[in-house]
Amino acid sequence: MRLDLGEVMHVFYWDSIVTPEIYIIGIGLKGPGLPNWPTAQATLIHGGFESLRETPPGVASLLPPTERRRATRVTRLALDVAQEAIGNHDPSSIAALFTSSGGEVGIVHEIFNTLAGPDRRLSPTAFHNSVHNAAAGYWSIASGSRMPSDSLCAYDDSFGSGLLEGLLRLQEPNDRILLVAYDVPAPYPISAHRSMTSAFAVSLLLSRDPKDQAMASINWSYRPDSARVLGLNDPGLEALRSTNPAARALPLLEVIANQVVQTLFVGVGMQGSLCLEVRPCY
Amino acid sequence: MTPSGSKRSKPFGPLWPLSVVDYTLTNALGRGLAASRHGFLSHRSGLKPCDFEGVHFVTAIGRVDGIEQHRLPEPFKAYDGRNNRLAHLGLLQDGFIGRVNGLRESLGAQRIGVILGTSTSGILETERAYTMRDPTSGALPPHFHYRETQNTFATADFIRRILQLEGPALTVSTACSSSAKVFVTAARWLKAHLCDAVVVGGVDSLCLTTLFGFHSLDLLSEKPSKPCAIDRTGISIAEAAGFAIVTPFDPKVSPLCIMGAGESSDAHHMSSPHPEGVGAAMAITGCLKTANLAPEQVDFILLHGTATRTNDIAEDRAICQVLGEGLPAASIKGHIGHTLGAAGMMNALTACIALEGGFTPGTLHTEIIDPSIRSNVALTPNIHKPCRTILSNAFGFGGSNACLLLGLHRDA
Repeated sequence: MRLDLGEVMHVFYWDSIVTPEIYIIGIGLKGPGLPNWPTAQATLIHGGFESLRETPPGVASLLPPTERRRATRVTRLALDVAQEAIGNHDPSSIAALFTSSGGEVGIVHEIFNTLAGPDRRLSPTAFHNSVHNAAAGYWSIASGSRMPSDSLCAYDDSFGSGLLEGLLRLQEPNDRILLVAYDVPAPYPISAHRSMTSAFAVSLLLSRDPKDQAMASINWSYRPDSARVLGLNDPGLEALRSTNPAARALPLLEVIANQVVQTLFVGVGMQGSLCLEVRPCY
Repeated sequence: MTPSGSKRSKPFGPLWPLSVVDYTLTNALGRGLAASRHGFLSHRSGLKPCDFEGVHFVTAIGRVDGIEQHRLPEPFKAYDGRNNRLAHLGLLQDGFIGRVNGLRESLGAQRIGVILGTSTSGILETERAYTMRDPTSGALPPHFHYRETQNTFATADFIRRILQLEGPALTVSTACSSSAKVFVTAARWLKAHLCDAVVVGGVDSLCLTTLFGFHSLDLLSEKPSKPCAIDRTGISIAEAAGFAIVTPFDPKVSPLCIMGAGESSDAHHMSSPHPEGVGAAMAITGCLKTANLAPEQVDFILLHGTATRTNDIAEDRAICQVLGEGLPAASIKGHIGHTLGAAGMMNALTACIALEGGFTPGTLHTEIIDPSIRSNVALTPNIHKPCRTILSNAFGFGGSNACLLLGLHRDA
């Protein structure tokens, strides 16, 4: 009986929640051997991903020099993909969403080392850099944007949960939303409990305005149960996707790069899923 | 216009108001609503000299008693840690779990979401694990569980599992504004029909990172903090857990509602607020706009009021810009300390207690108010002037600002 009711509810929500079409109008990316979205796009179309290459370090050229020196490797990576996705759009009018499983793993490792040592005094900069919303704070300083931002975490589903929040926020007064997902491998010994092949960061500039020049359009719906998420054919990309939560964006990016019409699923909140109907915009 | 069953855009309506159908909070004043209500009415502080293991400097902290003795139910052994224990202690108060169980029966587990605000999650467990590393390999001890304790999602995951909920779950971690922002995310989920009710929470527990971190910034007070006082000396770090169940607005269910919210970023500095409170003023303005209220309709303000000079002055500037001078306000940081990621929730739930109890709290330990503060900072509780609306502020590192307007529905 209970199961039947669940099935009925499932079908009901599946059919009735039809959301407005949204558009992906900018993409930024940094990954192993992938310095930007055009390189990643070519790799996702033609193959040749070299999983052993380093992820190019972030530069965060938008930050004033003093802040740039203070910002961590993670933050600089996040800022670079955000800047690439924003392109020529004015960042000061766009609300931003940052999502990451581990956040500032490097700096918290340093803090743990210090606190376990004989002199427990911390550096004030290390402390304010350790917060999960460090990248969001630096982005606000770099872009001059006083728009709201959020910093989210949903473990392995941090990308999907962030994307869902982005889609939900594309309503009055937000015509556009910047989503930034990033994760870097933690240093040892935490790495023994959370292994990740490489650093990866991706940013999507989302819009609800059909007049914006778009790469792809998305119709979406949320499902409360987890759907079977298909992996990637390239073993290197699949290893990246399955270990780095930000790289859970790769199947979506592959569809966008290849300009195909496809329906795919992304995990949300370690329980539910987002169903995305992706169409290329020519 | 369009035949039913075919695809059509479903326009989103306004996000606000939301009904607060139940709530509970646990902090240095004690466990459950009665302890906080009594603490605010009797103007009592839960702050004590710091006795937290490993701290060598003098400061006051707000500690929740009994966390060390508390045990999680057997299936949740991997989740064992200070933050999840505190979350569990918090959930056990005021019949809150029973209320969630009732809702789960009527709505279905998939229709109830969980959103948690936390800044440090369970990092105390990792701090401790780093002191127990294997001398040869450097490995952490085998009982260390990264996913269930340290990860920022750990406590949201724990709460969803222990409440047996299957709706969406998420952690918002924007430092000290985290658990104010959870209400905004909940409003979006409800408006988009992702779920029919959301358990929102704020849980942050004491750890060395925040104690030594704020010490390094020279922001910790030796004595219990004195918000807005001429002789204020800084922050008292504390821990707390607070939870609320929010649903789409229905005055028949509860007179309490979140009327609106405003958020902004400072675009100024990572660890100090904009000196003129520009970001905070934007958040307060947004709050009034979404709640559709005029400045004079705000009855009282629960200040972020951390008792650092930069925070107190910037916050007051922001308030006076938007709401004018002389509005009654108070900070509860002298009662319960600065609970960081739980601070937004503590202020919001204190607003609920005050609205329902027909009183407003005072600002504890403060004797002489800094003359540059133009709001009417209340030093003592007031039982003679019940409020209809309370503004609740939360500001955090990275210049993250979130303000909520809570109210009692008129017909109630």
